[in-house]
Amino acid sequence: MSSFSADTPHSSSVMGRIFIYGILLIVAGYFLLPLLVMVFTSVKSMEEIRTGSLISIPTSITFDAWSKAWSSACTGVECSGLSGYFWNSVWLVTPTVSISTFLGALNGYVLTKWNFKGADVFFSMLLIGCFIPFQVILLPMARTLGFLGLAGTTTGLIMVHIIYGLAFTTLFFRNFYVSIPNELVRAAQIDGAGFFMIFWKIMLPLSIPIIVVSVIWQFTQIWNDFLFGVVFSAGESQPITVALNNLVNTSTGVKEYNVDMAAAIIAALPTLFVYVVAGKYFVRGLTAGAVKG
Amino acid sequence: MDTTTSSRAIPQKSLADHFEDWLPKLVISPTFLAAIFFVYGYIIWTAWLSLTKSRMLPKYDIEGFFQYGKLWTNDRWLVALTNLGIYGTLFIGICLGIGLLIAILLDQRIRAEGALRTIYLYPMALSFIVTGTAWKWILNPGLGLEKLVREMGFENFTFGWLTDSDMAIYTVVIAGVWQSAGFVIALFLSGLRGVDDSIIKAAQVDGASLPRIYWSIIIPSLRPVFFSTLMILGHIAIKSFDLIMALTGGGPGYATDVPATFMYTYTFTRNQIGFGSASAMVMLGGVLAIVIPYLYSELRKPR
Repeated sequence: MSSFSADTPHSSSVMGRIFIYGILLIVAGYFLLPLLVMVFTSVKSMEEIRTGSLISIPTSITFDAWSKAWSSACTGVECSGLSGYFWNSVWLVTPTVSISTFLGALNGYVLTKWNFKGADVFFSMLLIGCFIPFQVILLPMARTLGFLGLAGTTTGLIMVHIIYGLAFTTLFFRNFYVSIPNELVRAAQIDGAGFFMIFWKIMLPLSIPIIVVSVIWQFTQIWNDFLFGVVFSAGESQPITVALNNLVNTSTGVKEYNVDMAAAIIAALPTLFVYVVAGKYFVRGLTAGAVKG
Repeated sequence: MDTTTSSRAIPQKSLADHFEDWLPKLVISPTFLAAIFFVYGYIIWTAWLSLTKSRMLPKYDIEGFFQYGKLWTNDRWLVALTNLGIYGTLFIGICLGIGLLIAILLDQRIRAEGALRTIYLYPMALSFIVTGTAWKWILNPGLGLEKLVREMGFENFTFGWLTDSDMAIYTVVIAGVWQSAGFVIALFLSGLRGVDDSIIKAAQVDGASLPRIYWSIIIPSLRPVFFSTLMILGHIAIKSFDLIMALTGGGPGYATDVPATFMYTYTFTRNQIGFGSASAMVMLGGVLAIVIPYLYSELRKPR
């Protein structure tokens, strides 16, 4: 049916090809347009925003909105821009991602290589923890944090993210370690290697790809989180998503759309960067986190 | 593999060996305890609160199911449920439609497939707050899309969905689809790549047309992908909170409230703990109703 040697069926008439590329490009436009609008708007002056249109190319580029979003825009009562909150998120993400990934690796190792009675039941229990709507744990957690004196602190938020990230990281590592032959572990045991020795010397060196998947997954999840941030943090300790939302919805003074867009891009840059650099692992985490049981 | 059989290779069990036997359990116990306490314990805690008259401070005298009864007579809750119905149906339907169509088109040996896939999927890396902020500006009734179309010559074009209480929920659909459709494309594409070529070739030899091959062979074979995608999207829809907070804030009024924003408002800004807990329990019920059958079928699958 065509001159191509097809391994997937495909249409090859010229009209058909034009039609296909046309649709694909239109859809690509739908996905790209908002990003374009964001970037364009962020480098325009408010004057130009009022006179021009959404997608008109900026006539003069100014980074005033960017510097305002970073250092002097109001996020509620406070008017010091997003910079502080950006670093909050960095400090939040660093320990949570590393601790939850490390614990996930240990859990996955125990669940697959040191099978004990009830391991499957435990794993199913943990899996349900991936799916519950977090609304159902918000209030008890708020009470607990209050009781521990951690309400509204970064430490409290770190604790929450580690606890509810564990289910996912354990899932990643368990599914990865299932495919590593048990003989490897048994052979090391015969050679006298103990529990941790096997983990450090055999399992971890094999785990680089899944570590990358887990780190990227946790990083995007926690960086982008809003629910935990808005409920469990307050004032100075808020993560960037909460600050961005406050900035955009602050109703004092004239609405500056260019500042809003610059702020949104600043909040999006770290995860976008990770996506561009390590897209393959990002997709793998999405599908593994969402589909596999 | 069992720890007891493996340590049998060593003739005499010393104290250290016993320790090694217990070590794996010791290592996993913090996660185990955390899951028991922070997931299951908290669910019971919330369930308990939902049966009490708690308002600003928790009370623990069980009064029965009256909070649930109150939910079903609360106008705002009914609006939230209706919105979830509208949003969920359209969001899932459109994502599945775009996802399947674009995945099939992308599977036609397209040049620059990688670049297109990167473009389709990048919104998934963004926070819903960023997505909401961007679309809030694009859909801005005065300066956004409306102005753009008017300047293209359609002077009377109006597009004020964002501030129209009857239409605002559809703006949430637009932004939600934008964020998640690329993910569905990726899922369907990997499903398509997994379809057995030999069946397709046999059908081609028999002279079946391309649309017919897709309709009667390939699409039916994607059933498992449909099933899991449906589950994922349903789950995203029920949990939707950030996007609505950023895009409409639940407004105008409470026109775009969904259960997640409803729960947040009542529990944390209106101090009606018992009532908010009841709404959280209903959400949990909804999620479990779709997740448990799915997990059950996934776990029973031979590995």
